[in-house]
Amino acid sequence: MDLIHIIYGLSFIVFGPLIGGIIAGLDRKMTARMQGRVGPPVLQPFYDIIKLFSKEKIAVIYSESFWVLAYLIFIVITGMLFFAGGDLLLVIFALTLAHVFLILGAFASSSPYAHIGAERELIQLMAIEPMVILTAVGMYQVTGSFFVTDILSHAGLLVLVLPGVFVGFVYVLTFKLRKSPFDLATSHHAHQELVKGLTTEFSGPTLGMYELAHLYEIVMLLGFVYIFFGMVPAIGILAVIIVYFLEIFIDNATTRITWQPALISAWIVTLVFGGLNLVALYLL
Amino acid sequence: MELLLLFLIFFPLLVAVLLLGVRSERITEIIVTAGALLIGIGTVYLLIATIGMGAVFFATDTALVNLILLILEIGITLFILYLCIRYQQRLVALLTCIQIAIIIIAETGIVGSDHATTSGLGLFFDEFSVIMALIIGIIGSLICVYSIGYMRDYHAHHPDIPDRRPVFNFLLFLFLSSMFGLVFSNNLLWLFFFWEVTTLCSFLLIGYSRTPEATRNAFFALLLNLVGGIAFAGAILYILSAAPSGDYLELSTLTAVGPDLVLFALVPAGLISFAGLTKAAQMPFSSWLVGAMVAPTPVSALLHSSTMVKAGVYVIVRFAPVLEGQFIGMLIALVGGVTFLLASCIAITQSNAKKLLAYSTIANLGLVVACAGVGTTEAIWAAILLIIFHAVAKSLLFLCTGTVEHRIGSRDIEDMSGLFVTMPKVATMMLIGMAGMFLAPFGMLISKWATLRAFVDASPPLGIILVLLLAFGSGVTVFFWTKWMGKLIGYQEEKTPVETGVNRSEWTALYLLTGFVALVAFCFPVISSGLLESYLMNVHHATAASLNHLLFYDDLIIILLMLSLIVVMPLSLYFFRHTWKKSYKKVPRYVCGRPVVSPHSFTGSMSVKQELFLGNYYLEQIFGEVKMIRIGDLTTIALIAILFAAVIGVVF
Repeated sequence: MDLIHIIYGLSFIVFGPLIGGIIAGLDRKMTARMQGRVGPPVLQPFYDIIKLFSKEKIAVIYSESFWVLAYLIFIVITGMLFFAGGDLLLVIFALTLAHVFLILGAFASSSPYAHIGAERELIQLMAIEPMVILTAVGMYQVTGSFFVTDILSHAGLLVLVLPGVFVGFVYVLTFKLRKSPFDLATSHHAHQELVKGLTTEFSGPTLGMYELAHLYEIVMLLGFVYIFFGMVPAIGILAVIIVYFLEIFIDNATTRITWQPALISAWIVTLVFGGLNLVALYLL
Repeated sequence: MELLLLFLIFFPLLVAVLLLGVRSERITEIIVTAGALLIGIGTVYLLIATIGMGAVFFATDTALVNLILLILEIGITLFILYLCIRYQQRLVALLTCIQIAIIIIAETGIVGSDHATTSGLGLFFDEFSVIMALIIGIIGSLICVYSIGYMRDYHAHHPDIPDRRPVFNFLLFLFLSSMFGLVFSNNLLWLFFFWEVTTLCSFLLIGYSRTPEATRNAFFALLLNLVGGIAFAGAILYILSAAPSGDYLELSTLTAVGPDLVLFALVPAGLISFAGLTKAAQMPFSSWLVGAMVAPTPVSALLHSSTMVKAGVYVIVRFAPVLEGQFIGMLIALVGGVTFLLASCIAITQSNAKKLLAYSTIANLGLVVACAGVGTTEAIWAAILLIIFHAVAKSLLFLCTGTVEHRIGSRDIEDMSGLFVTMPKVATMMLIGMAGMFLAPFGMLISKWATLRAFVDASPPLGIILVLLLAFGSGVTVFFWTKWMGKLIGYQEEKTPVETGVNRSEWTALYLLTGFVALVAFCFPVISSGLLESYLMNVHHATAASLNHLLFYDDLIIILLMLSLIVVMPLSLYFFRHTWKKSYKKVPRYVCGRPVVSPHSFTGSMSVKQELFLGNYYLEQIFGEVKMIRIGDLTTIALIAILFAAVIGVVF
């Protein structure tokens, strides 16, 4: 890993939440417009997080904040590893680790709403994990490396040979971005039937850390979308914008579904789109 | 060095015989502790003394040992027959007779062999044997130490079960002795003998309590293992009838045959791998290991971590060079892959901790089997790492579960809520063990990562199927471990600590094993470069360039950094817990604005006090045990049928 990649990795610590916050702000604005509202200012996510950190520290059990801090730290590490051009498999497993910390934070409180939210988050994790692993495997099959740097320097648009994997990844991205119809565990919207689900018992700085980690996560996940188009940066950025717009649109056009169809559909999409794509790569 | 091997095989036997005659608890404790310590030191010495020596073989008087072992084998058969008559087990009796008949035919030369060799290289060790010996000698002996205190409690809790502790201790050490014999035997006849002794020991240990259920499960385990034993005996018969000189009875010769003899070696490789599948409790034979949990917990820990099932995967990994790139190897790998996915799915639906651990063992062994079936350098590297990490973490988890069961009177995961309050130390150890089982950057995850790389590079179409099985299985694994972790850390303030009654021998084993989980996580690069790489160079003719592929320097640094962070973070929480705690104002849980009476109840409508219960999800309707077992059994039976067809095809 050379110096320039380490700098990329480190700059993610600062630019990650900045870009993520603007994306989240635009998201809220656009969502509001789709619902016929004016919506908050674009910088609202920053105001929210700053305010959360200035609030009184209250908790059911203080160890919640420890787990959420661990979640934040490992999300940042995962993102740094990704933007420094590290090993995709390691990125994926570190991401899972970060989410396990978040879930443990919810379990720690033993609150009924947070508890069900945690169980659902686990189901979501189980639903998306296979597709995320297949994404890395597909990229390895094409480029011969799991390292993001090598994948990016591959000549040719990955999406052209991995269309099924791309569709599958965008499908599970909806889970990761906590968008309807797969926002079972917790939701950005006020209409969550589980109060705030997973995050019910997080408040003040703890919730602030959670929100901050989510901003990091958005940027990293969109980075995944980008590397499908890595050869041509302009197309990559355009693809990221389109995919994110699509996610917002789906979010506003669909209703939340129960965990059974969420899990089963994600697995079927993984098997059909991801699996068939990989088989096709072997045959070609 | 030969003396050291003989010491490791015979010393546990000596301890076992000594323990058989001792009734006093005090003296038993001294003998077990001293014996365990010496065995542990012996294996560590073996490691230190043999580093860099590669494979070393010892000439032995093979004919004489063969004769002694044959007599002992007939003795074992007669003993099993006696038990079969007593408990009216006709099928088991039939199978054990078939097995001994095959062995007698093979050995006495009725098939026309004149046994040219009277001496041979019967004993050996190489890096893989040493790793196995360390697992047996350290983890196995720690379990023996643990069992002193555990069995005292066990008999206090179960006054109806006859106290046969001398026999119990005898069997534990006999088990260790036979496992040492198994990993140091180069002669297949010897290996087979020790194989049979482990089957016998596990049979007797499972049936220890002599309840009808234990007896039934013990005979069931024996039955399935005898099916594998017959296949093993068949392999020996085949080798002797094809090459009467007995040269190919040597593991080192048989697994290193040139391309012209690969077809010959494939028959025993297929049959012995099949025997390995039964012993490693792969589907469709998985049920014996699940049934084995009726035995006292140290037995489960022993069967699952350092002995028995590890013997099953050991032989398959030994035959990996023959299996690599072969159709038969592909079938073995698929049986392992299917078992991994389905057993992980079943683990989701289990709330019985021991049953969950059993299914998780079956799943992880499936992964090892899949790697061995693939047989490439990378795959074997992953397989051996999996064996190591699994042994350490799983023994810790079983022993923790046993201790918890005696303290809270239940092995149900739902009853373990708030264990962090009631048994903080044991709960922490369990968390570490579970992290070792599935979380990055701990051991199992490293090997899962290596496995994935190995599968991706495996030849099509096998590779892609295995990748799919692994991808889905790995998602499932996260689910059942995390929800168990969540149960332990769930906040239960009204519970009182019950940890004080845990006795010294249990603490010793638990602390050391917890240390080992951390140790192997940090030391795996050393294990890899010090032992695995030279093993792969010798046995798999791996080149230095291909070995560089195994671990990337960048990845290694990041893994170790993450590991350090994971260790530092909880420690910092522990040191700053008072200031941290003080900075938070405590509030009751949110229960939709209803008044909270106590932490676990609230006032519902009509002012009725409502208790709050939180249960985990078990997703029975999707991953039901019966359904998954049916799918798994049908798939794997079909695969094994094809396996036998392929073996018969090669023979003729």
